Amino acid sequence: MSLIDKKTVERVADLARLHLTEEEKEDMTKSLNEILEFEQKLANLDTDDVEPTIHAIELKNVMRKDKVEESLSIRDVFLNAPDEAEGFFKVPRIVELD
Amino acid sequence: MPLEDYTIVIGLEVHAELMTETKLFCGCSTSFGSEANSQVCPVCLGLPGTLPVLNEKAVEYAVKAGLALNSDISLLSKFDRKNYFYPDLPKAYQVSQYDLPICLGGHVDFIVNGEKKVIGITRVHLEEEAGKSVHSGATITDSEFSLEDYNRCGIPLIEIVSEPDLRSPEEARIYLETLRNILRYAGVSDCKMEEGSLRCDANISLMPKGATKFGTRTEIKNMNSFRSVQRALEYEAKRHAELLDRGEKIIQETRTWDEASGVTEAMRSKEEAHDYRYFPEPDLVPIVLTNEFVNDLKDNLPEMPVAKYHRYITEYGLPEYDADLITANKDMADYFEEVIKHYKDAKVVANWLMGEFMRLVNEQEVDITEVKVKPKHLAEMFALQDKGVISSKIAKTVFEEMFNTGKDPATIVKEKGLVQITDASEIEKIVEEVIKTNPDPVAEYLSGKEKVLGFLVGQVMKLSRGKANPQMANEFLKKALDQLK
Repeated sequence: MSLIDKKTVERVADLARLHLTEEEKEDMTKSLNEILEFEQKLANLDTDDVEPTIHAIELKNVMRKDKVEESLSIRDVFLNAPDEAEGFFKVPRIVELD
Repeated sequence: MPLEDYTIVIGLEVHAELMTETKLFCGCSTSFGSEANSQVCPVCLGLPGTLPVLNEKAVEYAVKAGLALNSDISLLSKFDRKNYFYPDLPKAYQVSQYDLPICLGGHVDFIVNGEKKVIGITRVHLEEEAGKSVHSGATITDSEFSLEDYNRCGIPLIEIVSEPDLRSPEEARIYLETLRNILRYAGVSDCKMEEGSLRCDANISLMPKGATKFGTRTEIKNMNSFRSVQRALEYEAKRHAELLDRGEKIIQETRTWDEASGVTEAMRSKEEAHDYRYFPEPDLVPIVLTNEFVNDLKDNLPEMPVAKYHRYITEYGLPEYDADLITANKDMADYFEEVIKHYKDAKVVANWLMGEFMRLVNEQEVDITEVKVKPKHLAEMFALQDKGVISSKIAKTVFEEMFNTGKDPATIVKEKGLVQITDASEIEKIVEEVIKTNPDPVAEYLSGKEKVLGFLVGQVMKLSRGKANPQMANEFLKKALDQLK
């Protein structure tokens, strides 16, 4: 029995703005099912006395002082911007018309 | 059925910008009103290969806010990514806290119509602010394109989620005002709704009185003042009641408040817009706090409004009304406390602040923190009054001059020749003059109409340009008139 179907894959792809071909969708469905099946195995382990791992590396409290540092120059800010106008990032229409 | 037969259920989600110097995860300045995109760097622009580093001050402020709201501080908390595509969010995810927020529980207490209300707090969590969009058209729907300023992007926010404990639009407004006051007292946010450093979304539903199951709720956004929060909720409650009365269903949706037309309108949104696919933020490690750190902040937390209110009553002997009015605004309370360092009669100070002081503040629309009158100078003015140098009437003139120029009262009194006349012979001369020029009222007084005395005293004050000592004017006038009997 598969844990994830093509419809779910299509939805997740849509949420992530990924455009998949039919072949890729089939592929993804298969791969994701394999991953989820493996996780099912892990889910069967008894972890009642195990603290949840919340980060892969054992570090905590990496922080900095609240001290202002130099920001980018206005010229550099827009070097990677697809479009710019009057010192702003110019973006296409946000709400689609019907 | 009328709206009164429904129970209104409201919960608020409040966002407050923290008063840090720099953003939550980078060293860009958070100052307001700078040139667009002048306070951005690769981290807050979401450029590839950058790593966020947490601002320790933001953690401190979030904990302080939690303590001020009676929350439990989580000794272990972490960040998560909230994923959605929107142009004001360059990374396409907002770093927020999902299942392990920094503060859990808590409550906000206030009094509404003489009744004590305790509103539960669900949680307080840390997250980053988004950028600011300027649309090319009148509304977002009319706009062919939009312009993005990322100066605000990455400023630390706390989101404060209340329980659905509010039962009227008025309560919602008072809750929000109380919350602002608490956050300002705690010194964690300046909470300026007009600058957007305090924002609020509301959830509202109706159920028939006596029912226990909540109705379908709608969410209202875009309320930009305390007044509009109340207005928007009043409108929405009425709208719900009308729909329910007609047997129609409430659609669970997000609606936007239109201040100008005074209505809420459904926002166009795709259904999957709410699927944020939260997952742990791999670029940030957990926050682990010690009890020592939390207790230290707790011990050093500034006095909260409720505590101040009670202290003003017991320590300064102020009436409840005065204590409430003065503590309702932190700036006012700070000012009050500065004045009474130099002048001991708290009631005199309170009267003046609630009266002339607020009158001029409102009339000239200035912020209390920008008032030119130094607290010490106000105390000096009271002392001049006590010494009889100026009368209470002249004090108003002197105060207005202090308010406009920031000069000290003694200088103003000297410059304007406002010293009270206490010289007996001078007042006697004025009294004589008044009796001579007002034969009719004098005759009336002599025939037994003693009420006329007030008018005649007024004439003495007028002739002395307000400078005659009122008690002396009264006394001398009476003596002179009685001699005529």
